[in-house]
Amino acid sequence: MTTETNPAVQFTPERLVKAQEIIARYPAGKQKSALLPLLHLLQEQEGWTSPEGMDYVARMLDIQPIEVYEVATFYTMYHINPVGKHVIEYCRTGPCCLMGGEEVYDHLKQRLGIDTGQTTVDGQFTLKEVECLAACGMGPVFQVREKYYMHLTNERVDEIIDELSK
Amino acid sequence: MATKILTEHINVPGIETFDVYRKQGGYTAVEKALKTMTPEAIVEEVKKAGVRGRGGAGFPMGMKWSFLAKPEGVPRYLVCNADESEPGTFKDHYLMKNIPHLLIEGMIVSSFALGANKSFIYVRGELMYVINILEKAIAEAKAKGFLGKNILGTGYDLELVVQPGGGAYICGEETALLESLEGKRGNPRNKPPFPAVKGLYQSPTVVNNVESIATAAWIVNNGGDAYAAVGIGRSTGTKLISASGHIRKPGVYEIELGLPVEDFLYADEWCGGIRPGHKFKALVAGGSSVPILPANLALTLANGEKRLMSYESLSDGGFATGTMLGSGGFIVFDETSCIVRNTWNFSRFYHHESCGQCSPCREGTGWMEKVLHRIEYGHGHQQDIDLLVDVAKKIEGNTICPLGDAAAWPVASAIRHFRDEFQWHIDNPSEATKPGAVYKGEMALV
Repeated sequence: MTTETNPAVQFTPERLVKAQEIIARYPAGKQKSALLPLLHLLQEQEGWTSPEGMDYVARMLDIQPIEVYEVATFYTMYHINPVGKHVIEYCRTGPCCLMGGEEVYDHLKQRLGIDTGQTTVDGQFTLKEVECLAACGMGPVFQVREKYYMHLTNERVDEIIDELSK
Repeated sequence: MATKILTEHINVPGIETFDVYRKQGGYTAVEKALKTMTPEAIVEEVKKAGVRGRGGAGFPMGMKWSFLAKPEGVPRYLVCNADESEPGTFKDHYLMKNIPHLLIEGMIVSSFALGANKSFIYVRGELMYVINILEKAIAEAKAKGFLGKNILGTGYDLELVVQPGGGAYICGEETALLESLEGKRGNPRNKPPFPAVKGLYQSPTVVNNVESIATAAWIVNNGGDAYAAVGIGRSTGTKLISASGHIRKPGVYEIELGLPVEDFLYADEWCGGIRPGHKFKALVAGGSSVPILPANLALTLANGEKRLMSYESLSDGGFATGTMLGSGGFIVFDETSCIVRNTWNFSRFYHHESCGQCSPCREGTGWMEKVLHRIEYGHGHQQDIDLLVDVAKKIEGNTICPLGDAAAWPVASAIRHFRDEFQWHIDNPSEATKPGAVYKGEMALV
């Protein structure tokens, strides 16, 4: 887990190219539209949207840092605190709960020994509860980065944790 | 054989690639539209088709298009709303993941009809893998000359940009989506001005749902009259229904509007009935925001006729005995479901997702969640049911955007139809809070 702050946050050369491509796709003067995509890119690289990273994005888009902070804190996908290697985001909304989600998530918490919002001591897993992930017919569901894990059962949860722990 | 307008080819192996999609007749609508039709003629066909906004509001798409302002020298934008976040809804996810070119083809003909040269697909950020699928498909279409400069030699230019959201239900509201697309917090705007006059970057903008735009290719190919011939009355065409909850076959189904709810719920072709050994208790027919109905009212109108899957039939009886088609998020509850717990769950959702601009919604959703939580956990007060009704009433209609209404309706309807169940929780806290305890009093299970 990254706990120290890194004042010299900057995109890797490949991500810098990607960032410039993103900025270029909006009309001239509307580069602020790139903010949400660039925050995703930052988080993909750093694991979270650190204050230094957000300042870096602000400079890149020529906007005030507060314009970045207010966006990063509004949207739930951005981690404004350091997180573990794997962030498990489980859907707590109605349809997933109808399919036994609450029991499965209790098992998940027990298995990891942490509650929602916490990170395991070895820094491997952070648990977050999120609202509907648009996969209601395949519930219960959680997401780890881009990957959706669906039709969850206690056994399936154990398998996934074992796999991710390797 | 039911008409399939969107999903006819969805199970063809490789349909996510340009070549396979093209072999199934894909992109012929782009050729026809750009080479043989005027933008006005396309708008006219979409109007004739009568297709209504599939994101939930049900506003006629052709009419929305015809409102677009066209001042000289100002760019116009088409923005596709792919922020699908309404609990119980997963149809756009299914469509984009499996047949991305259908949306892209729809975007091209729609953008041409509206005179837009740069269009956006705003996809909820959680679906990053779907964004990758769309971007790959866009690159393919561009390589084949269907996007970019001078498409098919017609002189028409179009760039498509896929924009990720950041995780916020409110961005499904069109003006919040535009704010987000401009790199800001998703706070809905006051209307007027409507996006058709001042939308993205203060330019005239049309925002349409994925499923709505995806119909455009078929309408161009077959004509608006052919589309309007499918369905029933003013509910023309087909609708993707996301079926979840206690049914045998959850999934996404394309139905012709007008199908009886009973057939959709019980026939093997669709939901296949309630899971074995259980009974039908309640239905949320159109995503978490629409009023919940008890089983008997879900299947039949107040006058005893069969209720149909259509805008009109689902809303028959108003909120006293009806509901709404909404986004088509069809959530089925059997007798093991606790209505109080589910209502609390939904209220927590709306509280979490309220943007906080309007105090009735910001405060009201929080109060509803808190009061429902205390009822569910055995600390309910006798006056709490009336208090909830009162709070819901004070949110409804008093906010900038419809999130307030969407938060109020599930609570008001649950109390309207299941008041005894709430009362039972308040009167019998020790019994009601036992694990797995569910109200077993008098109600119409089917």
